[in-house]
Amino acid sequence: MIRLQNIEKVYRTDTVETLAVNGISLDVAKGEFLSIMGPSGCGKSTLLNIMGLLDEPSKGIIRIDDQDVSKFSDQQLAKFRNKKLGFIFQSYHLINDLQVIDNVELPLLYRASSAKERKDLATEALEKVGLSNRLRHFPNQLSGGQRQRVAIARAIVGKPQIILADEPTGNLDSAMGNEIMEILINLNKNDGTTIIMVTHDENMAHKTHRLVRLFDGSQVV
Amino acid sequence: MLKNYFKIAIAVLKRRKFFTFISLFGISFTLTILMVATAFTDKMFSPDYPDYKRARSLYITRVQLENSKDGWINVSSASYHLLSKYISKLKTPEKVAIFTFSSPANTYINNKKLVIEYKYTNADYWDVAEYQFLEGKPYSKQQIEQAAHVAVITAATRKNYFGDVATAVGKYIEADNVSYRVVGVVKDLPRTLRNFYADLYLPYTVSKSDYKEVGLLGGYGAVLLARSEAEMPKMKAEYEQMIAKVPHGDKEFDLMYVNADTSLEAFSRNIFGNGANSGIWLMITIMSLVILLFLLLPTINLININITRIMERSSEIGVRKAFGASSRTLVYQFVVENIILTLLGGLIGVVLSIIVIYAFNQSNLVPNLSLSLNLTVLSFGLVICLLFGLLSGVYPAWRMSRLNVVTALKSQ
Repeated sequence: MIRLQNIEKVYRTDTVETLAVNGISLDVAKGEFLSIMGPSGCGKSTLLNIMGLLDEPSKGIIRIDDQDVSKFSDQQLAKFRNKKLGFIFQSYHLINDLQVIDNVELPLLYRASSAKERKDLATEALEKVGLSNRLRHFPNQLSGGQRQRVAIARAIVGKPQIILADEPTGNLDSAMGNEIMEILINLNKNDGTTIIMVTHDENMAHKTHRLVRLFDGSQVV
Repeated sequence: MLKNYFKIAIAVLKRRKFFTFISLFGISFTLTILMVATAFTDKMFSPDYPDYKRARSLYITRVQLENSKDGWINVSSASYHLLSKYISKLKTPEKVAIFTFSSPANTYINNKKLVIEYKYTNADYWDVAEYQFLEGKPYSKQQIEQAAHVAVITAATRKNYFGDVATAVGKYIEADNVSYRVVGVVKDLPRTLRNFYADLYLPYTVSKSDYKEVGLLGGYGAVLLARSEAEMPKMKAEYEQMIAKVPHGDKEFDLMYVNADTSLEAFSRNIFGNGANSGIWLMITIMSLVILLFLLLPTINLININITRIMERSSEIGVRKAFGASSRTLVYQFVVENIILTLLGGLIGVVLSIIVIYAFNQSNLVPNLSLSLNLTVLSFGLVICLLFGLLSGVYPAWRMSRLNVVTALKSQ
């Protein structure tokens, strides 16, 4: 599903050059639930961003669904992200000015769909995460766990093949974290969605199919 | 999609009320001034009472004599001699109105001084200009030939001179110690119509100055009225052919410029004109530059506010990009949002303009000049709003759309 070949990411300032990701090669199979762990600053989020086409690698090749995405234009990348990828962030990144349903509809705005279709799909996604009674609430009227569930609904509404989750339980207590993890496991099991999750939590990581550990930008396990 | 943009635009406007106020104030204030100025310009240049036939009229308001060797010029209105001997003999015009520009005369009612602006005209004048007669009628050709002491007055003069009377026709009005019998009363007109404004209209034959004097310079102007708009070029060509043959008379000057202009050209010639050049392009350039400068300041202000506002939303930009918005889509979204803001400002601007125009009309600052917000003025306002929205929205939107997704997401 995803193939990384010798990926490198270097951050340059006038005086310092930092190697955030150092020659990582990784294959993620279709339907796999993979977790990435490592200490802070080891490059795990950078790697996830590169896999999600949010950031460009300095070197190396990324193939997703057998396509070399390295040479994609801004338009092509946008379309590809919209169709194939869904994102869940640690700090939810919901748009506070929009109601829950409008937040969830967001990915559908960037593809051909009618207002009714968007509403139906968003409601369905919110039902899946158990929030069908919060459609007209604003994000700041919800708890952290509820916000993350809205974020999950937004990530799955467009039925992407791959979900990239950056510490999705990082801001939640363990009970909430477990709930979120359950939802992700079910998505993976029932819908066959490929999930790549960055986490600090060993317990969460052990619930996934495979664990990759990074240290100083390199893969250690 | 648009509904979604609208929702977010309104939410963002509500979020930072002070910024919203500054933006809306800038837009609506600028627009109000521009719209009032447009209403004024529209009133000046569009056919209006009593000068309804502008589309088929040519105006002769200025004679310029020049000594090209020494660079002397002599500028004045035309003489009656020039207008009647040469210009009224033209074949193409249906009518030629000849008139003086208004001058003040003193009159006294109950020992109280009243200044009356008077004007001499020929008979055609009343056919070229479409005055609305509230009572009576214009003086006839015959009365002019007989140098009859008759007059047409405006409604305001009737009120000021005779008081609240039902009729003034048949009564006598005195100006500069000469008595005239009132034959007609016309509806008031604004002072801005230089060629047509007066309080008292008299036959040119009762003029104290010698209208028979031979020479090119004098106190008269003329309007040539073509039979149809289509005949305008023909009329102009005949005029130019004729005027080229008019002898200068004065040895001191070797060049003579007497132009038959459209209403707009005649206006610009009196301010910017020189010789054959009516100065119309200079006038249009100056007006455009003033509008541009006037628009530039609030636009720059709005660009700055927009950059701050948009950068505050970098997390949203990151999210939208992550979920499939291209840079182009984001530019479109922010420009649409900005146009919503400017249209909102525009709406306030229209309301403010209505209030200002109402106050202007009520104040009688320029007597009888009644400004209005017609379709031309409103369309101009809409165009300015859209231009405003585009100019102030595109640059911030473009800058924002270049943001790297990861950087945008981190900045929350």
